[in-house]
Amino acid sequence: MINSSVLQGSALPVIPLRQILPWALFGGLLFLLAMYFIGVEEGAMAVFNGSYVHEFVHDGRHLLGFPCH
Amino acid sequence: MGSLLLRGMIAGLIAGILAFGFAKVFGEPQVDRAIGFEEQVAKAKGEPEEPEIVSRDVQASIGLFTGVAVVGTAMGGLFALAFAFVNGRVTHLSPRTTTVIIAILGFIAIYLVPNLKYPANPPSVGSPDTIGYRTQLYFGMIVFSLAALAIAISAARQFATNLGAWNGAFIGIGIYIVLTSLAGYMLPSINEVPEGFPADLLWKFRVASFGIQTILWAAMGIIFGILLERLSAKPAR
Repeated sequence: MINSSVLQGSALPVIPLRQILPWALFGGLLFLLAMYFIGVEEGAMAVFNGSYVHEFVHDGRHLLGFPCH
Repeated sequence: MGSLLLRGMIAGLIAGILAFGFAKVFGEPQVDRAIGFEEQVAKAKGEPEEPEIVSRDVQASIGLFTGVAVVGTAMGGLFALAFAFVNGRVTHLSPRTTTVIIAILGFIAIYLVPNLKYPANPPSVGSPDTIGYRTQLYFGMIVFSLAALAIAISAARQFATNLGAWNGAFIGIGIYIVLTSLAGYMLPSINEVPEGFPADLLWKFRVASFGIQTILWAAMGIIFGILLERLSAKPAR
């Protein structure tokens, strides 16, 4: 999109999509799961019964901007 | 790809630790005040005190740290995946420049714009009954904003070939603003601020949340760029 000799510097080699895909699937899923537990678990949806997870990460959830109550 | 992902996660973790420091100093006092308000209202209504499942001390220290650090690390990983996809395909820039651009665009599309419509709320703002609905709207707005960003970038690239990079970029920005404004206009608004809730507290809480996310994204972009610069064969000076 943007091309300028000043900003270009040395570029990293392009990683083929076929190589990214398995990481994207596995890693992406794992990362989204982690964010789910911090952001949503025991609020809008719940895997565990109770509210320990919710209460434990309560302040972070509010301050990061996730909907909460 | 593995080392890229690891670096992204490290950058995210460091960014999370920095954001935790800010959250502790500027965010926690507001959370405490808001909980104080909540308890006052409950007492005035004659409701029984809520049992404390996790103590406030734990919530404000390890709990907050865990929350911000885990989200930071996960965001760093997703950041690395975005970088791997964009690098050499959408941009042909140095790693540092690319990571800073991703950080700026990611901050705008994932935090800033969705939060203009559905801002961060302190405890006692927001009814427990609507939590599911509000969560759907919030994530819906994020998804829409990201889609608008993708459309804007691809349009900007197409226009740039004929009209030049500047004009292409302006057209892209215009498209993004129009699309997200439209979404903001059509999606329902939510106002669940209880009566008597201090306006300055709401404002300070949202400013603190804004600061936390700004630090998170900025630090992630800068640190990830530095770590990647070391990966490349000839470091740019």
